[in-house]
Parts: sequence; structure tokens; C-alpha cells
Amino acid sequence: MKARVHIMLKDGVLDPQGEAVRHALGSLGFAGVTGVRQGKLIELDLAATDKTTAEAEVRAMCDRLLANTVIEKYTVEIL
Amino acid sequence: MKAAVITFPGSNCDRDLALALTAAGAEVHRVWHKDSALPEGIDLVGVPGGFSFGDYLRCGAIAAQSPIGAAVRAHAARGGYVLGICNGFQVLTEMALLPGVLMRNAGLKFICKPVGLEVAEAQSAFTAGWGKGDSISLPVAHHDGNYNADAATLDRLEGEGRVAFRYLDNPNGSARDIAGILSENRRVLGMMPHPERAVDPAQGSADGSVLFRSLVAGLVAA
Repeated sequence: MKARVHIMLKDGVLDPQGEAVRHALGSLGFAGVTGVRQGKLIELDLAATDKTTAEAEVRAMCDRLLANTVIEKYTVEIL
Repeated sequence: MKAAVITFPGSNCDRDLALALTAAGAEVHRVWHKDSALPEGIDLVGVPGGFSFGDYLRCGAIAAQSPIGAAVRAHAARGGYVLGICNGFQVLTEMALLPGVLMRNAGLKFICKPVGLEVAEAQSAFTAGWGKGDSISLPVAHHDGNYNADAATLDRLEGEGRVAFRYLDNPNGSARDIAGILSENRRVLGMMPHPERAVDPAQGSADGSVLFRSLVAGLVAA
């Protein structure tokens, strides 16, 4: 079983890297990019065979290590 | 005073920190991240600067979960002193021994230069050698030193006198110019500037030696 974790800064947390990317896109001539937020995508291969168990396990991984929930939010997809 | 200095893969200020503590009169033990216990009778744990685990995932996140991490948490929980400098500060926030996070510098650049600081709080074993409001100079060398926490946490830190150091000219975007903070019991200090790189006039500033001397004097007396 595979899991995919998307980690993004929470809304309202300034993302200076996203802002820099937005500026760079503007200077390349891509007009109309009004916002860029940059995050992380983590793919996990899991031994678990039960979807509910797998999701609970991955959420625990996010809370303990993969995300810093002070500033980041995450979503978990079980594939 | 007995101090332990931890080395993670990628730490690069561990030796400097050990030397600064030794010069101030501490007995220093070096500890490897895979050790699961601190030596007996340790008063202070030093978590050094560097790039532990290559800054993978988030700065300090993997070091915070290393085997020695549990021993450092237990040391702090029983009222032991902990000093985290630069990457060490990041590790302490990831361990939740200190609130908030250190984000990418607002200007996105790695900053390596001496900075002016205000000693914002003298009521701690770390800062007792200064007067509140003193101006000092220490070097910074970081890419992720932009301190942030929610407004309630920042208000609390300020209200409880737990902001130890503030930048005089904020280099990295840190909320409320915060350069270093204390834990609730004032025994855990995390700071981005490097006092261990300013302990001898030959280094450009010896202001950092005040911190180490205060610690050694304060902890021996205790």
C-alpha cells in the first residue's frame, strides 16, 4: 500500500520561498500569477494492508515527524 | 559544573561549544547522537550549531527524534539546563522544549555576519552576567533563523520576560526581533547567534564568554 502526504504552510503563514518563485515567474514574463505557495510531497510504501490502519499510522507519522504542525498542515492520501 | 555537548552527523559547532564551556571552567563530556543516556550528574546539555542530518525534512527535525533526544527531554523535564545554539535552537523547537519555529530567513539568503543584540532579559542563569538592556555583538550564521510563533505565544514570551535576546537590526525577519528565548522555567535557552564563536578578542568579540561564565558560576552555586 502506498501513501502520499502533502505538506503545506498553514494559511496566513508567510511563505518567502513561494513569494520569491512568484517574483521570478513575473520576471520571466508569466503575467497574472497572483500567488505561489510551496510545499512538500512525501510518498511512503507501507506494509499495512488495511486502509484505515494505514491512514491512522501515516497521520501519526505526520504529527510526530513529517510535519511541524505549528506552521504546517497536511493531507494524507492512501493509494 | 558538568556539561554534555551533543554531536549529530552534520554538527559543526560542537567542538567550539565544548571549548567555550571548558574555557569558562566547565567539565565537558562529548556525547554522540546514538547514545541513549547522558553521563551521570550532567548540569547542562549543549545542543550545537551546524546542519544536523543535512537539514533534511526540516532543520533540526530528525535530530530531535534521535536516540539522545529522549535523554535530553528527560533532563529538561527534571529541571536540567539546556542551551541550544543556531541548529541547536531549531532542534529544541522541534523537540517542543521551546515554543515556535525557525523559518527560512525573510530575505531567503544565508546570513553570516556579526550582529548587534540587546540583552532583553538578565533574569536567567544564561544572561545573569549582563544587565537588562545591554548591547552586545555576536555572529550569526544561518539560513533558517526567522523566529515565528502565533501572537498569543509571542505575547506570553514577552509578558513572562522570556525573550532573552533581540536583534538591534533584524537580519532575518524574526517576529518582534527575537534572537533567543527561554523556557517557562528559564532553564532552557535557544538562540540563533553564536556565543561560542565570540569568546576571545581574537574572534572579533568576546561578548559570548559572558554567557558561559554566567552559566558556570550560576550552576556551581546551585
